[in-house]
Amino acid sequence: MAVSATDSGARNIVDGGRAARYGLRTVALGYLGLLLVIPVALIFYKAFEDGFAVAWEAVTTPEAQHAIYLTVLMVVISIPITTVFGIAAALVIVRQRFRGRALLNAAIDMPFAISPVVIGLSLVLLYGSRDGWFGQDLAAAGIEVIFTPVGMALATMFVALPFVVREVIPVLQEIGDDQEQAASTLGAGPWQTFWRITLPSIRWGVTYGVVLATARALGEFGAVAVVSGRISGSTETMPLYLRRLFDTFNVSGAYAAAVVLALLALTVLFAMNFIQRRDRAILAGPSVATEPGAVVPHLDVTDDKENPR
Amino acid sequence: MSQGAVATAKAPPRPGHRLGLGGPGLTRGLVVGYLSLMVLLPVAAVAATSLEGGIGAFWDAVSAPQAVAALKLTVISSLIVVAINVVFGTAIAWVLVRDQFPGKRFVNSLVDLPFALPTIVAGLVLLALYGETGILGIEGISFTRVGVVMALLFVTLPFVIRSVQPVLLELDAEMEEAAASLGARPLTIFRRIVLPNLAPAIVAGAALAFARSVGEFGSLVLISGNIPFETEVSSVYIFGQIESGNTESAAAVSVVLLAISVGMLFLINLLGRRMLRHGS
Amino acid sequence: MSIKVENARKQFGDFVALDDVSLEVRDGSLTALLGPSGSGKSTLLRVIAGLEAPDAGRVLISGEDMTQVPVQNRNVGFCFQHYAAFKHMTVRDNVAFGLQIRKRPKEEIAERVHELLELVQLEGWVDRYPSQLSGGQRQRMALARALAVEPKVLLLDEPFGALDARVRMELRQWLRRLHDEVHVTTIFVTHDQEEAMDVAEQIVVMNEGAVEQAGRPTDLYDHPATEFVMSFVGTANRIGSLLVRPHDVQLAHVPSSTSEEAMIDRIVRLGFEVRVEMTLGDGNPLIAQLTRSQVDELELADGQIVYVLPSRARVFDENGSEPRTEELALA
Repeated sequence: MAVSATDSGARNIVDGGRAARYGLRTVALGYLGLLLVIPVALIFYKAFEDGFAVAWEAVTTPEAQHAIYLTVLMVVISIPITTVFGIAAALVIVRQRFRGRALLNAAIDMPFAISPVVIGLSLVLLYGSRDGWFGQDLAAAGIEVIFTPVGMALATMFVALPFVVREVIPVLQEIGDDQEQAASTLGAGPWQTFWRITLPSIRWGVTYGVVLATARALGEFGAVAVVSGRISGSTETMPLYLRRLFDTFNVSGAYAAAVVLALLALTVLFAMNFIQRRDRAILAGPSVATEPGAVVPHLDVTDDKENPR
Repeated sequence: MSQGAVATAKAPPRPGHRLGLGGPGLTRGLVVGYLSLMVLLPVAAVAATSLEGGIGAFWDAVSAPQAVAALKLTVISSLIVVAINVVFGTAIAWVLVRDQFPGKRFVNSLVDLPFALPTIVAGLVLLALYGETGILGIEGISFTRVGVVMALLFVTLPFVIRSVQPVLLELDAEMEEAAASLGARPLTIFRRIVLPNLAPAIVAGAALAFARSVGEFGSLVLISGNIPFETEVSSVYIFGQIESGNTESAAAVSVVLLAISVGMLFLINLLGRRMLRHGS
Repeated sequence: MSIKVENARKQFGDFVALDDVSLEVRDGSLTALLGPSGSGKSTLLRVIAGLEAPDAGRVLISGEDMTQVPVQNRNVGFCFQHYAAFKHMTVRDNVAFGLQIRKRPKEEIAERVHELLELVQLEGWVDRYPSQLSGGQRQRMALARALAVEPKVLLLDEPFGALDARVRMELRQWLRRLHDEVHVTTIFVTHDQEEAMDVAEQIVVMNEGAVEQAGRPTDLYDHPATEFVMSFVGTANRIGSLLVRPHDVQLAHVPSSTSEEAMIDRIVRLGFEVRVEMTLGDGNPLIAQLTRSQVDELELADGQIVYVLPSRARVFDENGSEPRTEELALA
């Protein structure tokens, strides 16, 4: 999904003249403006409407601090596991042939198709200490899942599961397995090949997936809301805290919390943008110029001017 | 990610090639095991619980007037959102690829904002702007069905754009030039040449947007007001059922919701594959 | 190191890529595996390298059975058609890779890398990334990378396939000179008979998963064992049951008892050499290769009827193998 606005605007066959072009541009940008830009800019305005101090206070209360801590904790727990799984799953799907491969590929997308509330419900049904499938046994063993950070982490891992896989699969397909084979002819074993060839080749895809998954983990509301019990100062993440501020008519506090989350989002956005550019700059060069006239990487390509002898 | 629904491995490794970590079987087993534990088992629990009280209880839960109203609102508003996304998403993708204007790169990265912004913030944002005391002073969008559609439009914005953009970038300009040389006018070229090539990507993006809309929760809890029979969507209804301890009824409606979005994804996948077969 | 393949078989699904292939390559030689696409030549090369396991048969390198040895331990140098350059590594790191895997001391690696980059004339490019190199440079880097580990044998899969014609010519000569210097047993795969004739000491012609003939380039050209070899190595005309090289076609204005009638369609002057394109009485095309003076002497022109007499020809039996007559001197 890493798409940059590459300049190919020179192609103007389907143009329809200036009027059409400006018209379309106005419509597209206007839509984005009304739906995205103005609303997001507005939270910043709203948050500081009553002064900076009020906003600052709202996000520095012990409750707010705990919410921030818990939000970060969710990310720290869920993202590494999701990343390892994502890389392994992508390798299995791209590099292995086996029965049920298409099914596995489809099943990985399921979290995209399931409502966060249903995800939360499913975890309650499995781990609820009263009548969950495993809840009673786990409770007997002293492990509480629902209404604790454990359950929230599970919910976060559920929603974040597909992101890394989905970003790594196309990269793996594109690089092919030539480089891995070359490494093996040079004596590298499977693990050496993975660490030295495969992982460096897919690192930006992995990073991009991690960024997307992190954004989702930071902002997850529905699934976490269901399993957390929303106990303030205990199982309340930032989004849940925001909601409670809003419901208790602390509107400017809610906007301040929104600003914190929006800033995190903008950081994520910046990271995504940065990664896309790195991705293109370093690894974009097609490894093969299969025929004369094939697309040439934008880095300074030197021709075989010096004679190879 | 936007390509997820139609992602199929296009470059199978050469047969007979064997590279694997710790044995290919072990990795595969771990991957399938993790997925089963994390996703498949929980989903199975929902399905099983929904039928715990028998088919009759399932039907009662699903056909309760409030549940039906919520499902209806969910599906109809999702369809509206998808339709708007198809038109505006394609237009925005077009402008981002084919048009030149200052700040294009900035606008391009802005498109991902709904993916990055927590949904609850998205809801708050729209409330701030279009709510009763909203700055633009537009009355009556919060706590209305229009508000529901607005919130869904916000969170689903990137899907169609990010699905269409790469295809548009790689579209062979010579096709359009050939059509023009044969006398086709711009609109005809767009309709006969460009659109058929974009169709699979548009459909794939639309499918993901639909699935997301059907399940959306976070951005709706604030702006919709959750008025039963009026602005309560299924996810909010399910949440209410869970809160009041009716997990069986919550599970039953969940299954219907799941069937709708998974069914849609499946259908679209099928459609996409058919179109791709013609396309390539 | 000599290479020996014994009765190798390899099947992908229903497709038989190698059908009981045996092959011997002398120590220090330069061998071409020549054949059309799908003939199994690349599969054979990959079987020798250990990238592919044969369903049956053995691979021996300097007399040692390597069939069960994994690719990592065979110590072969392999060059891929599309180079398989490690895109995230500089030229230096690419070449050093195999030595690093073997945990050689740093100074030794640096020295060896320098030596090899000199050999492939990439000294000035050590810190570049593959995407900053041209196709020919990438191929030479891949060669240096393969040679760095001092492989027992060097295997090249269509090494010049992805390059344009001029660079390909240069690299060919360069490969031959390199082989003279390094003397490592080398096998390369190609579908270009001219390339095989130009570079190789020995050519193995493959078709439909089997070896048609192996031998020195001139032997293959002058004494093809099968009709396939005759038409794939060099060009061949069919006159009735005879197969005739274009330069063995003689033209005359008067018929003789054994000559065939043909009409000249086109005369193409390629400098000293002239190609005369004709149609035989039975409708088959015929190409003769003459010198400029011969054409001038005969005063040939488009549309003329001429009489064709092969000076040398070959006859193969029904299924195209086993030359029935070794050679016919008809002139």
